[in-house]
Amino acid sequence: MPLSTRHLLGIKYIEREDIEQIFETADNFKEVINRPIKKVPSLRDITIANLFFENSTRTRLSFELAEKRLSADTINFSAGSSSVKKGETLLDTVNNILAMKVDMVVMRHPMPGAPVFLGKHIQAQIVNAGDGTHEHPTQALLDGFSLREKFGELKGLRVAIVGDILHSRVALSNIFLLNKMGAEVRVCGPPTLIPKYIHSLGVGVSYDLRQTLQWCDAANMLRIQLERQDIKYFPSLREYSLLYQLNMPLLEQLGKPLVIMHPGPINRGVEITSEVADSEQAIILEQVENGVAVRMAVLYLLAGMG
Amino acid sequence: MDAQKLDLFPQGKLPITLQRICHQLIETYGDFRDVAILGLQPRGIYLSRRILRVLQELVPGIKLLHGELDITFFRDDFRRRETPKQPNQTKIDFLIEHRRVILVDDVLYTGRSVRAALDAMLAYGRPDSVELLVLVDRRRKRELPIEPSYTGIKVDTVETQRVMVELEEAGGNDLVYLLSRED
Repeated sequence: MPLSTRHLLGIKYIEREDIEQIFETADNFKEVINRPIKKVPSLRDITIANLFFENSTRTRLSFELAEKRLSADTINFSAGSSSVKKGETLLDTVNNILAMKVDMVVMRHPMPGAPVFLGKHIQAQIVNAGDGTHEHPTQALLDGFSLREKFGELKGLRVAIVGDILHSRVALSNIFLLNKMGAEVRVCGPPTLIPKYIHSLGVGVSYDLRQTLQWCDAANMLRIQLERQDIKYFPSLREYSLLYQLNMPLLEQLGKPLVIMHPGPINRGVEITSEVADSEQAIILEQVENGVAVRMAVLYLLAGMG
Repeated sequence: MDAQKLDLFPQGKLPITLQRICHQLIETYGDFRDVAILGLQPRGIYLSRRILRVLQELVPGIKLLHGELDITFFRDDFRRRETPKQPNQTKIDFLIEHRRVILVDDVLYTGRSVRAALDAMLAYGRPDSVELLVLVDRRRKRELPIEPSYTGIKVDTVETQRVMVELEEAGGNDLVYLLSRED
């Protein structure tokens, strides 16, 4: 079965069957990356450009590793050290890179919708590696894959997404994915950081962390994205931590197993304490490992459609 | 469109052929020390399981390594097909470094799957030697210089024909037949 799309622009634009196929293929790649020789030759005739117009550590490295494990040729670009600073438009930059015979583009961009725009104007296949506050599809896929690994399936699972929902592309992509896979989602955070029309996405809302954690099987703890906050959304980080931090006393009070996720980067001591982040219940590093397998699956399946 | 079936192992010949192949293996490998049998996904794994079972019946207490190898990511027709092939599981929990490997597949045709298998196998080390065992060898259609070391039956076929192998291990009735379509 081919995917229903040539690009991965967002979870919103793909089908449930696509997600299942990506998960199944990622199972195979997870086995591959645990072999003594972790490389397969599938994408050896493909060149992938990693265009990062916004900072990234995990996602960029994870994509690069996935590409290398698939034997693709890669070129890297980051906005900080490029002609973007000299006033070049997005389309010009990308077209210049594509003139070098690139087959796929992995792009992170601060503007929501940038990959969709690009998809309308270029031939190469596009993978969205995060566009502003809009979507981060591969993060949602790896979160879903990690949950599926932990619980067997996503259907009927209760997942809480806690923190800065307003500025989080991880939250939006996760909501789309979990809804498509039949899981229940509840978002939790200060009222100012919950988007106004969140109900229209079919999720529950709570402003009480303890209640939310009692309800859910897994909690995805998000970072406060101060760099995207142009105004003050809450009085202080200290107050935020008092109300919305996942710490050991709270975890122990719940008296039930809770799977804890975090897309990184972690602000230790703000949304989550070190003790909890490093505890047995946290699957944060499993998420990172699964990220490579999931990205290999996405690149492999898209490349197969040429 | 009618389909004609030609039984390739009529009158219960399949078990005899499998016994013959296993005796040949015993002749070559003796106590099977350092020998690993690798079945190729998707259909070679059933034959490899059967070979293992027959060997265990013939030589009680025999110890040999058995694994299942998926070659999907090593195929040379990726991006030349309409849709990517769905991969299967690889189950090999040992290294093949310094071992003698027997690759097992049900049907040998163009030889391209075996080429991919030779490539895929190297992720688990450098074997001392590799031999190929197939149940049905469709002669004269090879696209690569690959020949089997152990063969159940050799058949001459044309492109429109298909060889179907339905072993008990895969929920079949131990039937191996040549399917010809007449338009």
